[in-house]
Amino acid sequence: MTNAALSKMEMNIVLAGVGGQGTLVAGKLLGILAIHLGLDVKVSEVHGMSQRGGSVITYVKIGRKVFSPIIEKGSADYCLAFEELEALRWSGLLKQDGVLIVNSQKIKPLPVLMGKAVYPDHIEESLTAAAGTNASVKEFDALTAALSAGSSRTVNMVMLGALSDQMTIPAEMWEKAIAEVFEGKEKLIPMNLKAFHAGRELMR
Amino acid sequence: MGFSLKQILLGNEAVARGAYEAGVKVVSSYPGTPSTEITESIAQYDRIYCEWATNEKVGAEVAIGASIRGARAMTCMKHVGVNVAADPLFTASYVGVNGGLVFIAADDPGMHSSQNEQDSRNYARAAKIPMLEPSDSQECKDFLIKAYEISEEYDTPVMLRLHTRVSHSRSIVECEEPKDIIIRPYEKNIDKYVMMPGMAIKRHVFVEDRMLRLSAASSAEPEKTGLHKMQFKSSELGIITAGASYQYVSEALPEASVLKLGLIWPLPSSFIREFASKVKRLVIAEELDPFLETEIRAMGIACEGKSLFTLQGEYSASMIRSALSDNPNPVSAISADSLPTAPGRPPVMCAGCPHKGLFLALSRLKVQVTGDIGCYTLGALPPTSAMDCCVCMGASIGMAHGFDKATDGEASSNTVAIIGDSTFLHSGVTNLINAVYNQSRITVVILDNSITGMTGHQQNPSTGLNIRLCPAPAVNLEDLCRAVGVHSIRVVDPVDTSLCQKIIKEELEKDCVSVVITRRPCALIPKGKGRKEDRTVVNYEKCKACGQCIRMMCPALTEGSDKKPVIDEAACNSCGLCINLCKFDALTKGGM
Repeated sequence: MTNAALSKMEMNIVLAGVGGQGTLVAGKLLGILAIHLGLDVKVSEVHGMSQRGGSVITYVKIGRKVFSPIIEKGSADYCLAFEELEALRWSGLLKQDGVLIVNSQKIKPLPVLMGKAVYPDHIEESLTAAAGTNASVKEFDALTAALSAGSSRTVNMVMLGALSDQMTIPAEMWEKAIAEVFEGKEKLIPMNLKAFHAGRELMR
Repeated sequence: MGFSLKQILLGNEAVARGAYEAGVKVVSSYPGTPSTEITESIAQYDRIYCEWATNEKVGAEVAIGASIRGARAMTCMKHVGVNVAADPLFTASYVGVNGGLVFIAADDPGMHSSQNEQDSRNYARAAKIPMLEPSDSQECKDFLIKAYEISEEYDTPVMLRLHTRVSHSRSIVECEEPKDIIIRPYEKNIDKYVMMPGMAIKRHVFVEDRMLRLSAASSAEPEKTGLHKMQFKSSELGIITAGASYQYVSEALPEASVLKLGLIWPLPSSFIREFASKVKRLVIAEELDPFLETEIRAMGIACEGKSLFTLQGEYSASMIRSALSDNPNPVSAISADSLPTAPGRPPVMCAGCPHKGLFLALSRLKVQVTGDIGCYTLGALPPTSAMDCCVCMGASIGMAHGFDKATDGEASSNTVAIIGDSTFLHSGVTNLINAVYNQSRITVVILDNSITGMTGHQQNPSTGLNIRLCPAPAVNLEDLCRAVGVHSIRVVDPVDTSLCQKIIKEELEKDCVSVVITRRPCALIPKGKGRKEDRTVVNYEKCKACGQCIRMMCPALTEGSDKKPVIDEAACNSCGLCINLCKFDALTKGGM
């Protein structure tokens, strides 16, 4: 993509996961990336109760002028699900021709642990079938990739790496944003870069 | 923090930046979602004095004092915090200011993390003070700076109303160099600063006149103040809106004429009249109460509002599009109809959470529990379901006392009030004094996890650290309870569920106010972190797959395919609660 094309980019990205999976940091990183591209951006987070292991969602909206910080049903270009059940929960946000990127990791929620609900089987197959030709579903094991990079905490970078492979923004710009988001915690940068590149590989 | 012109800031961080640029000197607040990050972010600016106050009333009074003595001052709170600070707020309106004074009230439409959905705009009207409402991070900073100008020019406290989507959304902010901190000269003036009837009668006249002058100025020079924005497009439909609703309207109705209000109290009546006269249909888009709608109707202007939109929860672009546009809402690429249902994922107590052991004990004791505000409110939900009521900060002790008096003491043998350390110091201690004084027989459990947990780990007067993590005097909870007349005070580690159960049972049998302090630091703060070598390991030969450990719902302990537990080593915090619960010695310390 040329610089002129990048400056006209409009992009809605959903980051859905479980409290503690690093969706907030991923959202902040996309915000920094948008500033570097000279675009307007809004990143909407949810704090408080949802962080206690609950379902968390971050919306990132990038464009020449962004109004509402919320991504509504049928409006997400990309939906990054950091956990398989969360992919199911938030898949309705995906727009026509959107891409659903799913970490196959399963984190059982309380009702499932208590035997009051069942964690659905074959989520990937169900999502792929439901998407049909309207959208694409790409699932992989981001947790294993994160662990090989050095920590389960880098699942967020694996997911962003996968997204970056779809978005044609030069890799150096992503790397610059990663360095900026870890300002003051520089020793974490190599591990996170490794996870980011592992995510790119997973999409190929 | 490195200085750069453009930053991507949370609305809350932008308010803090605004305070820095405006030359604010004193900030005193009590944490509360979604307002907490303002004061946390203030702490990065060394030249600003900031503190965690014991509660919102105290924070407001500190700010009022600083203002009278000549400094620009601020106090930040969530919407329900304004209820606590309402007493000083209403009279601060009469007193006015010396240095500028701003109250921040952060509403939570949709109740992401709150017990009610009250609309703080009603406070501005009731307390007769101006209120500004920003709609993104840039406006958070700009409007706060403006609020200080209005405060000093009109001799009034100003309220800045935020809400979750503005406080917790990041957007781009142009940062500027800060102004110098100026301390305005202080002169003793009892007519202005001592509110006794003789003085207050005169100040009330001033207050009413001030609001009229503000309304006139806001109408006369709407564009000049930079607070209101009129975008005139079609004459068919005009929308009056403010805050986050403005963003939804702009996204959903690009063709409509929009009057976006920045100063939402007092209203710029002639400006509103002018806008209304130019459009055929006038609609008010505002979340929660019909505040603008009621006022605009009272001006004799016909409009629609709550007949189209709900009184509950958050608005969205889709909601506005459905009500007012022929354009269809987007359709999902993936239809939910053909997918299995996703089980809910409610928040849970963390791995190693000290509250878990206490709640297991309360659940086994089958007692009635009057609850309070904090992470531990989660104890009301399964698996422990050990809470009967929860209303507001500090209420648990008063409600338990009410249980006691309603039943002539009968209820006290099976009623426990539970309250966290920070909530106890916020407003529980006054209830404890009341219970002792009025010869209650209640049992109070103070859950001392050495931090204000729910809002994201803020220090409080019992933790020994201040907001900047410097050593500070620590309240000793036992001494405090003893000083107010509690004679029976016990301390227990809540991980020892059986001992916890035994001690609470003994205290329930006593005919006086008893306090049990369950003491163990929150698992998410450094002093609450367990040792790696103490992580739980499973001896699968001894395990009988009874499910006892799995039922306590620790995120670090899940059920394997053989119904036996599997420990997530990275998540286990070595608290040992599961080890204490296992009847077959199948769980032991010793993870690597």
